[in-house]
Amino acid sequence: MKNKKKTSILKVAKVIRSKNSGPFELTLDIMFKDPRYYQLFKEKKIITPEKIARLYGVPKADVLKIVYFEPSQAIKITLRRKIPSGSPGDTDIYGAQQHAPLLNLTF
Amino acid sequence: MKTKKKLPPFKILSTTAILGYGFPESSFKRGLSKKPDLIAADAGSTDPGPYYLGSGKSFTDRNAVKRDLKLMIRAGVERKIPVVIGTAGGSGARPHLEWCLDIVREIAREENLHFRLGIAYADVDKETVLKSLKQKKIKPLPFVPELTPEVVEQSENIVAQMGVEPFIKLLQEGSEVIIAGRSYDPAVFAALPISLGYDPGLAFHLGKILECAAIAATPGSGSDCALGILEEDSFILESLSPERKFTPQSAAAHTLYEKSDPYQLPGPGGMIDLRECSFEDIGNGRVRVRGSKFVPSDPYWIKIEGVRLIGFRSISIAGVRDPIMIDKIDSILKAVETKVREILGKDKNQGRIYFHVYGKNGVMGDLEPVKKTLSHELGIVIETIGKTQEEADSLLALTRSVLLHYGYEGRISTAGNLAFPFSPSDVAMGKVYEFSIYHLMELNDPNFFRTEVEEL
Repeated sequence: MKNKKKTSILKVAKVIRSKNSGPFELTLDIMFKDPRYYQLFKEKKIITPEKIARLYGVPKADVLKIVYFEPSQAIKITLRRKIPSGSPGDTDIYGAQQHAPLLNLTF
Repeated sequence: MKTKKKLPPFKILSTTAILGYGFPESSFKRGLSKKPDLIAADAGSTDPGPYYLGSGKSFTDRNAVKRDLKLMIRAGVERKIPVVIGTAGGSGARPHLEWCLDIVREIAREENLHFRLGIAYADVDKETVLKSLKQKKIKPLPFVPELTPEVVEQSENIVAQMGVEPFIKLLQEGSEVIIAGRSYDPAVFAALPISLGYDPGLAFHLGKILECAAIAATPGSGSDCALGILEEDSFILESLSPERKFTPQSAAAHTLYEKSDPYQLPGPGGMIDLRECSFEDIGNGRVRVRGSKFVPSDPYWIKIEGVRLIGFRSISIAGVRDPIMIDKIDSILKAVETKVREILGKDKNQGRIYFHVYGKNGVMGDLEPVKKTLSHELGIVIETIGKTQEEADSLLALTRSVLLHYGYEGRISTAGNLAFPFSPSDVAMGKVYEFSIYHLMELNDPNFFRTEVEEL
């Protein structure tokens, strides 16, 4: 364990959001204030399925994919919706307020 | 070597992100002054959940839809510009389509407008789905269970997302206004230019952006118009309001929105491939996009959607301010459900009970990483789902009263555990649906959708 101080993602991200991608998937977007942070995240693989699974307390198999999108210097993470949109027990039909655990990410 | 006649710029006026969300008349007029070749809007989404497809109701307001449609149809018919609407009535099954057609006919009557109306139905009958299932021509999308004949039988209002083909057919038959059922969002924008020979990759990608109107501009808005100009080798996005502009960042960021992979966007009969795509600022709030490709798929797959009725819902809203109760809320709610089940006995009311506890995990449920409640007050929505409305109502009344008077350990507030903001406290919410079909179906013929024309 290095003793380096960790940085909050809030220091480098300008958009962190969640939304349904169809009723069975939840998709998370991270956009950066500066392209070099995007490059850093991409090169150092700061976002991994393991890390996302841990932040959301879900099995790794629920993380469908992590995509790096150059034109908007963004990272997109897609998760299984535990409960499909609008099915009994759902808490967020549009999936628009499921991003908060990502705000705790440090690197 | 080019012998083909160069295609002139094709201008598309997208009015609003969802028909009924509105748009400023000033932006619309500015759009019309650019002499568009097409006026179009998408009218639906699965986002508001399964209820709307199942119940046949629109999630948009009738007056608002009528206002948007009136402006579009009047301008289109007077100027001989085709007006194309997809996913009518929000979900695009027959009842939604009829609802929208009723509004269109009303407008034609009231405004004394005469035009050829093209109609495309998106409904898929159960026999077709069952037959395809038997022939192994149906596959689930990620995280969706395999389809079974039982689920098909239980499903209501099954629709398929149509591609450009039904629109092209209706346009070639001289339709001046087209109202279609469930459609692939970009199809309403892409159909006409594709039929005229424009590149489908560019046309679909432009449609993908225009279906949200000015959301892809900055500041974004779903209630403002946007202009798309399709050329032979690229397209241009142009804002129609001085308040906003398109930037390469805003346009590219929109490509991420609501989809799992921004490079490959599957749709009816193929996918849009954006791996070679570039966004260029060309000044005056305009962006030029190049490199979008369409890769046709063989066979031709379409997405089918359906929902099934699973019961009836009732809810009650209440607050808790007692710190002793807040501290024990999880065990109290568990004990309340146990007590309710005890009172009901085994074979009577088998309805489901959910407690949505705001201030704790009401927003994220099991995904909530913060386990300890820090709030000094909690909001609780008690929800019950029964086989009938009566069953849901009874289960709610019992759960509400047991929770109100439950004597938890350490209780000192013995008059009642809940603060109700309303009388009556309980609300019957009606039918509960869930998405039961969200699959891909193989088509032998993209002209599978029934169309008709009507003279108004």
